[in-house]
Amino acid sequence: MKALDGVTLTIGDSETVAIVGENGAGKTTLVRHMTGLLKPTEGRVLVDGEDVREKSTAELSRKIGVAFQNPDHQLFSESVEEEIAFGLRNFGFEDGVVRQRIGWALNFFGLEEYRRSSPLTLSGGEKKRLTLACILSWDPSVVVLDEPTVGQDAIQKEKLAEIIRMLRSTGKTIVLVSHDIEFLWPIQPRVVVMSSGRVIDDGPAARVMLSEERLASARVSQPQLVSFYSALKERPGSPFADVHEARRWLSGRLR
Amino acid sequence: MGTILSVKGLSFRYPDAPRAAVDGFDMEVSEGEIVALAGPSGCGKSTLLRAINGLIPHMYSGDYVGDVLVDGVKVREASMKDLAQKVGFLFQNPENQIFMFSVERDVAFGLENLGVERSEMRGRVDEAMALLGITHLAGRAPHELSDGQKQRVALAGVIAMRPRLIILDEPTSLLDPMTARELVQLVDRLRREAGITFIVVEHRLDLLVRVADRLVVMNGGRKVMDGTPADVLSDSRAAGYGISVPAITRLEQLLVSEGLELQRRLLSPLELAEEVNRRL
Repeated sequence: MKALDGVTLTIGDSETVAIVGENGAGKTTLVRHMTGLLKPTEGRVLVDGEDVREKSTAELSRKIGVAFQNPDHQLFSESVEEEIAFGLRNFGFEDGVVRQRIGWALNFFGLEEYRRSSPLTLSGGEKKRLTLACILSWDPSVVVLDEPTVGQDAIQKEKLAEIIRMLRSTGKTIVLVSHDIEFLWPIQPRVVVMSSGRVIDDGPAARVMLSEERLASARVSQPQLVSFYSALKERPGSPFADVHEARRWLSGRLR
Repeated sequence: MGTILSVKGLSFRYPDAPRAAVDGFDMEVSEGEIVALAGPSGCGKSTLLRAINGLIPHMYSGDYVGDVLVDGVKVREASMKDLAQKVGFLFQNPENQIFMFSVERDVAFGLENLGVERSEMRGRVDEAMALLGITHLAGRAPHELSDGQKQRVALAGVIAMRPRLIILDEPTSLLDPMTARELVQLVDRLRREAGITFIVVEHRLDLLVRVADRLVVMNGGRKVMDGTPADVLSDSRAAGYGISVPAITRLEQLLVSEGLELQRRLLSPLELAEEVNRRL
């Protein structure tokens, strides 16, 4: 049985792409091909025009940082500091730069107090922040986040959304695999819908999220604001990206 | 409706921890309620759950003050065997809970451990599978099933023990949106048909708020908010406690503050659209 079946997908520089679909649709399998952890049985995967079969995972990781769903699969050092240093040293950064980047990462992700702690003592949410800190410290041009919001409270999710906005503004290419439709919606990414190993839709969030039936076939529900928008008897050209946009449009139109 | 759970002045500090994880917590839950429990990471939700199902103090020792009573029985004093029949627990990841060769055997597992008599066990297993809509999966191997199905198997195993209170710890976090919705509807149906009380820890409140009777918010080991979801979510403090107010609820609140009059609160997207359509 194929986990991926004839998937053709091109992600351009600086794009923000969300991959959604039912469990077992092939989302994580697809992501694993991006860093060469998996090689295709048929077809090719190219990163910056180069076939992943000709590159090592280490080389690909320099360009593509992946934060997997379960941080325990990715953390292994004695201390949080060491964990961040590991990747940086592997990629050949000088000591001075390593120290500086560690400082930035710990500060930005609010992990300074855990500098010397073992990653194992961190909470689930903190571990997720740590894996992200590690990846961003070496500044890859592509950042892949696999279910980044699982187990995160609203404050942490807001921080994550902020980080994604920041990455976008610095021109990074971002790939988000997520079930959290409500989290994805305000980001307005390009959305790729997968089901049973295939891509069944691909386009701007504002268009893709309107197709309720197609989404349902991939076990994806519509964002609340899109369902609301679709049921209005009068409405603007495209669905409200957030609550404020909805309110602004409705203000003055209601008796 | 009787009280099924009573938490009185509960404080618990893990060994070597600088602070109590739960600090002076009080809560009463009535039979048949669905209570949503939310709060920022590290607020003490997991510790509270463990104190309810007996893992604290039976598996985790520490400084324990106060009492937890389930169905009139003190958790501190009851055996894990007794507690297993009063409080069921569904893990976040069903893989951690199901491990037998067939669905049927898995559902029966807890009962076998208790030494329940064969004919009684058969009846309970069949009842649990029927309630969860998985009778047709009885002979299947659990590892072959979808995530949603696995979760139903795990839940059936819990229900076969006939606990009156079931705790679900972030049950939707690994599920796709439709399966997550189905799980919440299932919880509601079980409450109505079997009178089971549920405490659900959940970050993704958009799925749960219309079904929950109560939303209890924790912060720093304490209870900081407790009321109907409509009341708690319309309190401006909620966002400060890391509570995700659903988008449609936020829109509803904004429109109400601008003069929209509504008979009911916590409307669904379609319901709010209907109200708006009447005034467009």
